[in-house]
Amino acid sequence: MSEITQEKKDELKAFIAECSQKQYPDSYLIAVLHKVQGMFGYLPREVMDQVADMMQIPTAHIWGVATFYHYFNLKPIGKHTISVCLGTACYVKGAAEILDAIKRELGIQVGQTTEDMLFTLQEARCLGACGIAPVIMIDDKIYGELDAKKVIALINQYRKGVQVA
Amino acid sequence: MEKLITIYINGREYKVEPNQTIMQAADKLGFHIPRLCYHPKLSIEGACRVCIVEVEGAKSYVASCAYPVNEGMKIHTNTQELRRARRDIVELLVDNHPMDCHTCERDGNCELQRLAASMGIRARHFEGERKQYGVDVSGDSVIRNPDKCILCGRCVRMCSEIQQVHNLTQAHRGFNTVVMPAYNMPMAESVCTACGQCINVCPTAAFLEKNYTQDLFEKLNDPNLIKVAQFAPSVRAAIGEAFGLEPGSNMEGQLVAALRKLGFDYVFDTQFSADLTIMEEATEFLERVQNKGKLPMITSCSSAWMKCLEQFYPDLIDNVSTCKSPMSMQSAVTKTYFAQKLGVDPKKILSVAAMCCTAKKYEAARPELNVEGMRATDIVVTTREIAWMIKSAGIDFLNLKPEEQDHPLGMSSGAGVIFGTTGGVMEAAIRTAYELYTGQTLVDIEVEDLRGLKGVKEGKVLMDGQEIRVAVAHGLGNACKLLDTVRKDPGRYHFIEIMGCPGGCVGGGGQPYAGVNSIPLDEGALRKRAQALYDEDRSKTIRRSHDNPDIQKLYKEFLQRPGSHVAHELLHTHYKQKFPKGIVPKSSLQ
Ligand code: SF4
Ligand code: SF4
Ligand code: SF4
Ligand code: FES
Repeated sequence: MSEITQEKKDELKAFIAECSQKQYPDSYLIAVLHKVQGMFGYLPREVMDQVADMMQIPTAHIWGVATFYHYFNLKPIGKHTISVCLGTACYVKGAAEILDAIKRELGIQVGQTTEDMLFTLQEARCLGACGIAPVIMIDDKIYGELDAKKVIALINQYRKGVQVA
Repeated sequence: MEKLITIYINGREYKVEPNQTIMQAADKLGFHIPRLCYHPKLSIEGACRVCIVEVEGAKSYVASCAYPVNEGMKIHTNTQELRRARRDIVELLVDNHPMDCHTCERDGNCELQRLAASMGIRARHFEGERKQYGVDVSGDSVIRNPDKCILCGRCVRMCSEIQQVHNLTQAHRGFNTVVMPAYNMPMAESVCTACGQCINVCPTAAFLEKNYTQDLFEKLNDPNLIKVAQFAPSVRAAIGEAFGLEPGSNMEGQLVAALRKLGFDYVFDTQFSADLTIMEEATEFLERVQNKGKLPMITSCSSAWMKCLEQFYPDLIDNVSTCKSPMSMQSAVTKTYFAQKLGVDPKKILSVAAMCCTAKKYEAARPELNVEGMRATDIVVTTREIAWMIKSAGIDFLNLKPEEQDHPLGMSSGAGVIFGTTGGVMEAAIRTAYELYTGQTLVDIEVEDLRGLKGVKEGKVLMDGQEIRVAVAHGLGNACKLLDTVRKDPGRYHFIEIMGCPGGCVGGGGQPYAGVNSIPLDEGALRKRAQALYDEDRSKTIRRSHDNPDIQKLYKEFLQRPGSHVAHELLHTHYKQKFPKGIVPKSSLQ
């Protein structure tokens, strides 16, 4: 989804043009960045440059905003996002070992994406499913009562394109 | 004047003007409240909280730099509890700091050191987590060391509010906040103009010039080199401050003597080439006027402005004079005319420039300024660096007997002197252009309208009935405003002078750091430095560039006449658009 096509650029242009009609165009920067992330999954540098040029906002300001909010991804993210819960309950039940196992299996650190663009790894603070700790979330699905072995099996299923309920 | 209000500071009653902050009121009453992120020329950030005071009835301590005075307000600036709270705040800054003071370039003139000392911090109670981002040495002029940054934000506001370059931002948040250019780009790839103003306002060593002092010491010890120095007008007007003198002490003669003691074989003066620049620039201007060339013509001697032009105003490149800066002209004639006079291979000449400017380091590295396939200026050191070298070599600077510059590239007219201050280049150019155009000598050569620290200044000269409208801007932010006018109304001016730094070169990014009782870029200090130059101008019998006999000789023996083919080869250059393209927000141009 992260390909930068002319169509997408035009769409963005139209969106910014719409924003610039409003009373305080500069304050629409966050809305515009949301739009960009929605379109590309992250904030590509080329597109931020385009936003800077169209809104006449210096790139350093845009970069300040983009890095301030954790919501914005600065790098392309994988097809699936794995969030490992490190809340207290999960931690006590061995979340650290699960995180280690995933890191080893995927060969990436927290915040990184696998080379095949399949997985992005993140940490989470309590996913609200302490009853079935330790849990992880892949995209919007929660998986509980895991151990290192089960989690690797789960990853392998995603690799095969099978999503378990 | 508005009605005065009553406030109490530390139990005593005072009458003060309303509509000011506690800090401003306290300053005038002789209470210096400690501060860090505050700077009178920048917007108020209220970030560091070093300036807290107690206001009776307020829930917590208030930041005095941001909090207004009110009728009947009872303020305490120095209670034991407050002192402790303030010390805790500074202690926290220190805990995350490398604190390798004895190997740090700002040792001895660091605001954080001074602040910590004045708080009575005498031990390190916590070992905080240190920052380990590493140093960005990619730029030719300015290096960035975020490990020493205490996040006061002064550089960010300087770069965007005063300079309108908007190169820096505070990226990320909390403990992870880092001051950096967009995309964490290396400085060399950013829109940075190398003006060095971030260095001037930084309280610590988080921004520094790229230091060439060791390199220079080494070369000065090489017996095979002929070492030739030049120094900018503003260096003599400020270097005394690095030795504890008041701003505006003109140390020209001592500096010449010190440069000889450091090992230079010939000490020339950039002011000579300031005269040379005027000869070329005035000729170019009159040519444009007479042949309907591109106007307004804009000066080209400020290196930071040149980089700004290429990134922010590529549409105005044809308006800019093709003249190289005085430094680069000086180096070009040193490696040609002077080398021929000596009968030596120019490769044996080491050409060194002591400059008030950090951007001149960047300029010297521009390949298009090379002469005969080699760099024209080999090394550029700032006023700070040359002051340090003089100290390090054990030279008793203040007690040196003044000496004179060498011939044939060391003598200057008064016009060459005032190049160092905003308005000076224009004033010098008018003195010569008038005479070239009308054939008559301009009597009243001091152009008051163009002097002083107003951001944009305008003036008019009548030359044989033709009105020439001129304008002057100093600091890139003011330049942006003036250039915005030029874009909208290209016919409004004929001739424009732009200097990238506040106050012109006297406020350059390489000038001595503010001392204990002063602040960076203090206007009083800028005025005094400028006055030193105006005084030197007045003290000279020759005050017009074209009357400088060494300049006349240079044209007679070598360059033929201003604008000649040889002159073009050596003294002129061209500019090209550079990327990334810079953006000045419209809102800041009003
Ligand atoms: S910046 Fe100041 S406090 Fe920090 S190491 Fe250098 S001298 Fe010491
Ligand atoms: S050198 Fe000038 S332009 Fe570059 S970051 Fe510093 S203040 Fe901004
Ligand atoms: S680099 Fe210097 S001026 Fe900029 S925020 Fe850090 S300490 Fe302050
Ligand atoms: S000086 Fe007032 S908050 Fe920093």
